[in-house]
Amino acid sequence: MRHSTQLRIGPVGFRVGSDWRAPVALLDDLYRDYPPPQDDIPDFNVRLFAARFWRRWLRPSVQIGGDFVIPDAAPLPLAQGLLAAEMAMNLQMALGQRRYLLLHASAVERDGKALLMTGESGAGKSTLAALLMTRGWRLLGDEFVLLDPAAGMVHGFPRLISLKNEAIGVIEREAKGGRWGPLLEGTPKGAIRHLVPDVRSIAAMEQPATPALVLFPSFGFEGAEREVFPSECFVRLTQASTNYVTLGEAGFDALTGLVRGLPARAIDYPDTKTAIATVERLWGELA
Amino acid sequence: MTRYRAAPAATLRIVLLDVLTLVYHRASGITHVVDSPVPEMIEVLGGVPLTLDETLAALAAVHDLIDPDRNALAARLDELVAAGLVEAV
Amino acid sequence: MSGALLAQMLRDPASVEALDASGWTGLLAAARAEQLIGTLAWRVEGLAMPEAARRVLEDARATVEQGRLVALWEAEMARRALAPAGMPVVLLKGTAFVAAGLSAGQGRQIGDLDILVPRERIEEAEAALIAAGWEWVKPDPYDDDYYRRWMHELPPLIHRERDRMIDVHHTILPLTARITPDAAALIDSGVALENGLLVLPPEGMVVHAAAHLFADGDLQGGLRNLWDIRCLTDEFGGTEFELKLAACAALHGLTREVERALRLSDHLFGEGADLTLADRLYVRRLLARDGWGRPTRKLTEFAFYLRGHWLRMPPLMLLQHLWTKWRKGYRPAG
Repeated sequence: MRHSTQLRIGPVGFRVGSDWRAPVALLDDLYRDYPPPQDDIPDFNVRLFAARFWRRWLRPSVQIGGDFVIPDAAPLPLAQGLLAAEMAMNLQMALGQRRYLLLHASAVERDGKALLMTGESGAGKSTLAALLMTRGWRLLGDEFVLLDPAAGMVHGFPRLISLKNEAIGVIEREAKGGRWGPLLEGTPKGAIRHLVPDVRSIAAMEQPATPALVLFPSFGFEGAEREVFPSECFVRLTQASTNYVTLGEAGFDALTGLVRGLPARAIDYPDTKTAIATVERLWGELA
Repeated sequence: MTRYRAAPAATLRIVLLDVLTLVYHRASGITHVVDSPVPEMIEVLGGVPLTLDETLAALAAVHDLIDPDRNALAARLDELVAAGLVEAV
Repeated sequence: MSGALLAQMLRDPASVEALDASGWTGLLAAARAEQLIGTLAWRVEGLAMPEAARRVLEDARATVEQGRLVALWEAEMARRALAPAGMPVVLLKGTAFVAAGLSAGQGRQIGDLDILVPRERIEEAEAALIAAGWEWVKPDPYDDDYYRRWMHELPPLIHRERDRMIDVHHTILPLTARITPDAAALIDSGVALENGLLVLPPEGMVVHAAAHLFADGDLQGGLRNLWDIRCLTDEFGGTEFELKLAACAALHGLTREVERALRLSDHLFGEGADLTLADRLYVRRLLARDGWGRPTRKLTEFAFYLRGHWLRMPPLMLLQHLWTKWRKGYRPAG
């Protein structure tokens, strides 16, 4: 691979190789405050390559490869190379992460305690996490939360925050002095822009937190909230995990342990202002 | 005559959450999310293998079954056999 | 070349202590690509290594352990489904190694369940598995047709709930292949496990692995196959075993393949061997992985792909088959 770089996000090290310079240069810039992999040995390898040699130059298109792949994944145009790299790293986590129970959720931390937010795509978990980060919470991650089966703590995976469509403008206004990647239009999910987590979140990357509250947010509805019982919480969290089954009994223990002590609420919200207010109130009441 | 027996107790981790029961089956690595009468059936079939009628009788004796429906029990047993929690011997 | 590095580390595990970060990175990538990372983890356990490498290998071991449990459960559920029919069921490949507690099973990554049943009972087996919750992986009618008439197994079945595949074989090479092993003799030679399932005797396992390695495909996963053979010959080796192995190979018309497999296995993992020219080509192909775990030497790979197909089908059929495939836009994995 002509160009390559290495980086660490939370406890996970990556080596990213690319047939083109641009995606690697972007990663080096945006992830410049992140440490290298431990011992310079990555946990996962990712490759951005041209499927046919002429695709390096003619309407260049990026195929995703790596230690773990899904067959028949559609390539992305080179202009979206950063997105391809992020997707590829996510894929390694989704298919290959084995040490931590992987939850598809965003999370922020305050006073050593973690707030988890999970739900379907479009529910706003990345946006809410970014907003809370601008309000002084430490960002643990916007896509994945890592639950350590041994101690029950959650570990951060603070990759670049992926914001879509209208959320981009919202966060651009709120994140004063934020460092951004390029605006990527025409992606499979519309417009995407990546925000680098703030200095504080990067610096605290290795500190775990105690799970204290889990929320299931739904955007676009009249404000409402209801309690979610451990059984529903368990089922919904297994659906939000790509590696629950791989972890076997340790995963079972980790997840049952998590849901049995953890307050959980489903919240509907019409706008982000209401959501933030609800989050702060519930945190005060329950965490 | 078909007899049924449950997976050995040592291979089952049973956790009661509020309205549902979780059964982690160590031998298969599968987590089953179940409701009554499944935990009761597993308990009753935890000893010597029983026929369908013996199972029905045992369940009725130990738990207050409102409406002991033989066909429904047969269907539940088939499901448990398919899931590997019960073996037909 | 990381393929060669992987082979060397498996042959002589203590040499990992001399690796630097870049060496470890390439080794782990190649091991993953060759489905040998679990094996590597077993071989180097306890040796001095950087913490990051130790962690990656520990995770690999844990993954393989869970995979072993799941594979044995699939075998058990297949046993329960087929027991009423009373036919002999022989476990093959990885599942057989772990079920029989062989050293070839240590650290082995296992994919689908492979079983061998008598040809005349295969429809019965199919029906029993479908009744127990397995269903067809959605077939292309052309492939399905081809499969049933010519292949050595049923089209793949996947379990509806557990999402795991089972391959039901009635012999170990396709019916269109130039070599025709004696399937009935293989089944007759089966050794019973405690639960009633059968495995091939060690010499049968080596013969099967050799057949699978050369005649059945395009050498994908070849390094792992040779490692399996290495473990089997190590565990059961000796003059008596060599005689049984020679006899078994001869019975099934696979003498040349078995001898080649033994030479390659000795060359890669043992004391070395006198390689023929063709052997050297195989070695090139088997070790063709770069520091990213990618297959290199594309030209050799396609030649093997073609050869694999050629061995399976008479040339005229091959042309027709490849033509139909290419019209549908299929290409070998790059």
